Amino acid sequence: MATVSGRRRKRKIQLSKLFTLTGAKACFKPDHSKIGRSGFSRVVFCNQPDSPEAESRNYCDNYVRTTKYTLATFLPKSLFEQFRRVANFYFLVVGILSFTPLAPYTAVSAIVPLTFVILATMFKEGVEDWRRKQQDIEVNNRKVRVHRGNGNFDLREWKTLRVGDILKVEKNEFFPADLVLLSSSYEDAVCYVETMNLDGETNLKLKQGLEVTLSLREELNFRDFEAFIKCEDPNANLYSFVGTMDLKGEKYPLSPQQLLLRGSKLRNTDYIYGVVIFTGPDTKVVQNSTDPPSKRSMIERKMDKIIYLMFLMVFSLAFFGSVLFGIWTRDDFQNGVMERWYLKPDDSSIFFDPKRAPMAAIYHFLTALMLNSYFIPISLYVSIEIVKVLQSIFINQDIHMYYEEADKPAHARTSNLNEELGQVGTILSDKTGTLTCNSMEFIKCSIAGTAYGRGVTEVEMAMDKRKGSALVNQSNGNSTEDAVAAEPAVKGFNFRDERIMDGNWVTETHADVIQKFFQLLAVCHTVIPEVDEDTGKISYEAESPDEAAFVIAARELGFEFFTRTQTTISVRELDLVTGERVERLYSVLNVLEFSSSKKRMSVIVQDQDGKLLLLCKGADSVMFERLSESGRKYEKETRDHVNEYADAGLRTLILAYRELDENEYEVFTERISEAKNSVSADREALIDEVTEKIEKNLVLLGATAVEDKLQNGVPDCINKLAQAGIKIWVLTGDKMETAINIGFACSLLRRDMKQIIINLETPEIQQLEKSGEKDAIAALKENVLHQITSGKAQLKASGGNAKAFALIIDGKSLAYALEEDMKGIFLELAIGCASVICCRSSPKQKALVTRLVKTGSGQTTLAIGDGANDVGMLQEADIGVGISGVEGMQAVMSSDIAIAQFRYLERLLLVHGHWCYRRISKMICYFFYKNITFGFTLFLYEAYTSFSATPAYNDWYLSLYSVFFTSLPVICLGIFDQDVSAPFCLKFPVLYQEGVQNLLFSWRRILSWMFHGFCSAIIIFFLCKTSLESQAFNHEGKTAGRDILGGTMYTCVVWVVSLQMVLTISYFTLIQHVVVWGSVVIWYLFLMVYGSLPIRMSTDAYMVFLEALAPAPSYWITTLFVVLSTMMPYFIFSAIQMRFFPMSHGTVQLLRYEDQCSNSGNFEMGRQGSVRPTLVMRSHQPES
Amino acid sequence: SSTAASSTVGGGGSSEISGVKKTSKRPKYSRFTQQELPACKPILTPRWVILTFLVAGVVFIPLGVICLFASQGVVEIVDRYDTDCIPTSSRNNMVAYIQGEGDKICKRTITVTKAMKHPVYVYYQLENFYQNHRRYVKSRNDAQLRSPKEEHDVKTCAPEDNVGGEPIVPCGLVAWSLFNDTYSFSRNSQQLLVNKKGISWKSDRENKFGKNVFPKNFQKGAPIGGGTLNISKPLSEQEDLIVWMRTAALPTFRKLYGKIETDLHAGDTITVLLQNNYNTYSFNGQKKLVLSTTSWLGGRNDFLGIAYLTVGSICLFLAVTFAVLYLVKPRQLGDPSYLSWNRSAGGLQ
Repeated sequence: MATVSGRRRKRKIQLSKLFTLTGAKACFKPDHSKIGRSGFSRVVFCNQPDSPEAESRNYCDNYVRTTKYTLATFLPKSLFEQFRRVANFYFLVVGILSFTPLAPYTAVSAIVPLTFVILATMFKEGVEDWRRKQQDIEVNNRKVRVHRGNGNFDLREWKTLRVGDILKVEKNEFFPADLVLLSSSYEDAVCYVETMNLDGETNLKLKQGLEVTLSLREELNFRDFEAFIKCEDPNANLYSFVGTMDLKGEKYPLSPQQLLLRGSKLRNTDYIYGVVIFTGPDTKVVQNSTDPPSKRSMIERKMDKIIYLMFLMVFSLAFFGSVLFGIWTRDDFQNGVMERWYLKPDDSSIFFDPKRAPMAAIYHFLTALMLNSYFIPISLYVSIEIVKVLQSIFINQDIHMYYEEADKPAHARTSNLNEELGQVGTILSDKTGTLTCNSMEFIKCSIAGTAYGRGVTEVEMAMDKRKGSALVNQSNGNSTEDAVAAEPAVKGFNFRDERIMDGNWVTETHADVIQKFFQLLAVCHTVIPEVDEDTGKISYEAESPDEAAFVIAARELGFEFFTRTQTTISVRELDLVTGERVERLYSVLNVLEFSSSKKRMSVIVQDQDGKLLLLCKGADSVMFERLSESGRKYEKETRDHVNEYADAGLRTLILAYRELDENEYEVFTERISEAKNSVSADREALIDEVTEKIEKNLVLLGATAVEDKLQNGVPDCINKLAQAGIKIWVLTGDKMETAINIGFACSLLRRDMKQIIINLETPEIQQLEKSGEKDAIAALKENVLHQITSGKAQLKASGGNAKAFALIIDGKSLAYALEEDMKGIFLELAIGCASVICCRSSPKQKALVTRLVKTGSGQTTLAIGDGANDVGMLQEADIGVGISGVEGMQAVMSSDIAIAQFRYLERLLLVHGHWCYRRISKMICYFFYKNITFGFTLFLYEAYTSFSATPAYNDWYLSLYSVFFTSLPVICLGIFDQDVSAPFCLKFPVLYQEGVQNLLFSWRRILSWMFHGFCSAIIIFFLCKTSLESQAFNHEGKTAGRDILGGTMYTCVVWVVSLQMVLTISYFTLIQHVVVWGSVVIWYLFLMVYGSLPIRMSTDAYMVFLEALAPAPSYWITTLFVVLSTMMPYFIFSAIQMRFFPMSHGTVQLLRYEDQCSNSGNFEMGRQGSVRPTLVMRSHQPES
Repeated sequence: SSTAASSTVGGGGSSEISGVKKTSKRPKYSRFTQQELPACKPILTPRWVILTFLVAGVVFIPLGVICLFASQGVVEIVDRYDTDCIPTSSRNNMVAYIQGEGDKICKRTITVTKAMKHPVYVYYQLENFYQNHRRYVKSRNDAQLRSPKEEHDVKTCAPEDNVGGEPIVPCGLVAWSLFNDTYSFSRNSQQLLVNKKGISWKSDRENKFGKNVFPKNFQKGAPIGGGTLNISKPLSEQEDLIVWMRTAALPTFRKLYGKIETDLHAGDTITVLLQNNYNTYSFNGQKKLVLSTTSWLGGRNDFLGIAYLTVGSICLFLAVTFAVLYLVKPRQLGDPSYLSWNRSAGGLQ
């Protein structure tokens, strides 16, 4: 920004008058009558916040809290959040039950892991909230000048502000609360406000204080200032405000025009004075803040189902055991005969009473539920959360997704969706600003039927490439580099044509038209010039990049717009007659602003000769019909040129003008002021109607074409994503021709593709539209349906070979295609095509299409966009990716992940998405595997205790299993594992299909893992049992008791689970080694240390390891045998799979391995000796 | 690109550019954050698979042989006597017999088939006896066994907690059901001494059972469960109890009864005079007397040796099979034709 160094020239202009239509005069509207009633009860005592009346109102202070918790609510609220999860709730119930005699283990051992897990999650929540708290503290302690009596303004913290305070806010400061503007450094109390944080719009908004207060421009003026403001209660509507100011007995209406909102920033104005009316939580921006819709990934939703499945299993196992236990118990004491007398069944508590066997079985059911709780991985949620946070950090830290020019790294705003990134089936992309840079460059124009501009657009290059023209061959492949090299010296201007540059235009045949053309470009706009005082350079602040491009183009071609006053525009230009550079002054009489419905804007100016001119620019669809008969001289050529430009992927506008006579203008001014002063609801319509009448009979001058350049690397990225089998839909507001050409340029469409085009732009359809009213709609719909079905027929005829088809549909047809009865068939057609382009689509349609794809195809959708118009789409899609580009923050704020450039999507999906998906799905599968392995040994042992729920292991072995001996390796798996390295992920995009087809987290795979767990448990249990059965355990003839069998089995489980981890991990760093082998070592250490504790603590684990297990060879030999035998089936399975039925990642691993071998370790990505060319698209060059 | 950036900054000069760089959000490069840590990436190549199976086979088979050898070296004599020690007349109501009064002496003769080096361990083996039942396992109080001060701590022992308000030491069902068959051995009418010292784990004797804790009120209430204890001996010396109290893992278990400290020769006939007191008849449990020597590996159990041999052979077999398979179906390792979706990639190529 030029503001850093050069001070701007102060412009004391009453700019408000420039915006003739928006700066409507303040007047009482019907709404004002509501003041004082309910909903409009607020009373602000300006400049006297200490007065008793003000204090009795008890408005809240200005402290804004964004934290989720406060000190008081942290505990209950976070605990509640925790126990809302069904698994945690189950563990809570189990924990509570463990205090009853039902428990098979001690209460402490059951509570400790739960507490640990809950504390870990709460700690994480707490840290996150603490960060927010830090931000809050920073924001709330910012300083602002506040009136503290006698005209003195002191610096105070934001949080101390009260309703009624008078503030002085200076340039580039944020407003600390919602204020009513009193006065500013400008005489007419206007100020400029940047509302980017509120609505994402980058252009400045004009605000203006009331006339009665505009004189309060000195600090001393406020010594005795007193006023009351009555206004509406706090609400979330940013664009409405109703209030009155009571000043010296007079009432003045207040409107949004006087309201300065917290969160916006003062710009271009030295200072303002304002009175605080809404503070803290009452401010509009805080009232507006809602939690973003929380999205959950497919895997997490499925995980819930797995948990329910596990519950079902736990319950049925418990039920099964309880029935048998009941029968066994009943048989112990029948007809006065005791069977197992040593249990004293005749004198038993209810839990084991044969006489009340059904009751005992029911109680046993609860006990069994507690014992079986080890099937449910208690640390699953917290582990996944930790893993996801770290994964997000990796995404944020990825240096390959950092955009140097904008200094923007990737930013995962939520960590919920990391693994979803690996499953995207369809990408829905915006065009402007997403595929393109959204920096407009004036590149071509057509004046008086002559086309100027020799620049070659990227689209043209792509087109030539398509046609195989030799011209582009030199720059083939590195077109992006060329584009960078050819970057124009002036930003926004890439026009080269010596015929009209450097003043040569005067020699052209239509010099007068050319002059008018550029005059129009220099005058017909709402741009504000800024002159750098040091260099004298002029920069422009424009509402849209297009406008800036026009003004810059005019300047570069010799029509320099340099000053704007409230009523005039000054342009330095060449006089055609004298051939000298003169300053010309145009009085701006009216600005008829641009709107999306009008699709044009005009200004009415009076030039120095007193001639009244209406200058108009607009879209071709509305402009050609407004030409006068005599003004159509160049229509045909211009139309041709416009079509050419559209073909070249350019944005075109038609320029036209008209001379007005005085009478006509007088009628117009009368009508327009009438319309704008009307209070009725259709005021806008009235104004439109008036402007409609004057914007006609225009004389055509020509057309402009600006290029929106493709971002770097877009075609390659799209190519890669397509190779990964991801469907890409482009949803754009552009015309069909432009969209198609952009499609070619970014390699979304290819020459060998068959295009299915559905549109309603054909002449006969337009005819139809004009003629009928009711029938037309039905006929149009019929037409669209016909086109869709014929498209489908083509698709079918080709034998379902989808690669050859691309679907292009325009907005109007889309509206019909999205209707309830047609969307099914439309979707079928669209899914059959490799690429889909929707042109001329509205934001709402974008969201609807996204929903249709999401629900209709069941695929994971990713929407990517940069503008406020993409917000709906981003929120609707499974994943919303925001481009943090030029169009403000709106899209980023509603996205899940923000990246700076479209091309980073490739890395985000193919590398991070792929890895995260693998990691999370493997991690979850492994979690259930390890817990089933453990839990099922418990169940099997229980079966040998006549289902009396005796645990096989010591209480603390039990409770520490999940959180201590097996959790770290699985977390490491989730954080670090890579099937193949990043360059390989990019080199073999097909790998990505594993995620799209959900191969790693299909039910088959999940159930296989569970089955594997059961098998392991069975093998471990029976091998241990048979090995240690009844013979002497050691040389001294001692036999193995419960402690020894338990210890041995547990050792086997820990080993098996750890070795399974070793077989599962495909990326072994030092961390993995430490963690995996560390877990095993920790188990032995624990066994030793715990066993050495006094008996009171170690109970039946006392000295088990040191005295019994460690000295006995049979312990070690049994462990070795059991562990290796348990690993055997899986090892055989993976050896066979790797060799004969490898999944894609396996193949790529083998490829890597082979290359490694053949290059004797010095493996370079560039080498592709063994890789077939069909597979290698473009080798990724690793950054050195 | 940098020119564009600096042109917008204007004449501000280099100080600002460097100022911008200082606050750059560029992620810092480290191999950790870029996920490029050095790592080994093991994959199951044929060489590894074959090697693993070979190594496993080569290790397992000798181990199996050693285990089997150790197990085979152990001489074990098992004599089931539960039914045989009931007089034929009482066999239709064995429970009544065992619960009845009177001396239940039973005489068994065992022939030593193979020489047994001392010490020869004497075990009793019970079957279908659920020492691991939760009610049973929990019905004890370790504190009470350790220290006389805790003798009133009997809350976990119900219903064998007290007699007439006086606490039972040792309390609980485990102690109450103490095994009380006794054996005495003679060879050629010469008494074979059974050493009952050192049959329990040392830590049990020294730390779990107190040296100053004496049995109190034990087996005083009705009904009497199993064996009685010598009131004058501290619990730490009552090794039968200590062994019994270390509960077995499974319903079939052996417990050490004592050691015979002399060698037994092949062909020796050993006469066992046993007191058949313990009631396993109610629950159809078997009682067996076991004489066994030990090896370095423990008692006789061929399972481990055979299992090692089996798995080892399977490993060798698999090694050969895989080698043959890899030879018969030689395939370029990373054959890209395995990359599925090659053709149906939904778009290109």
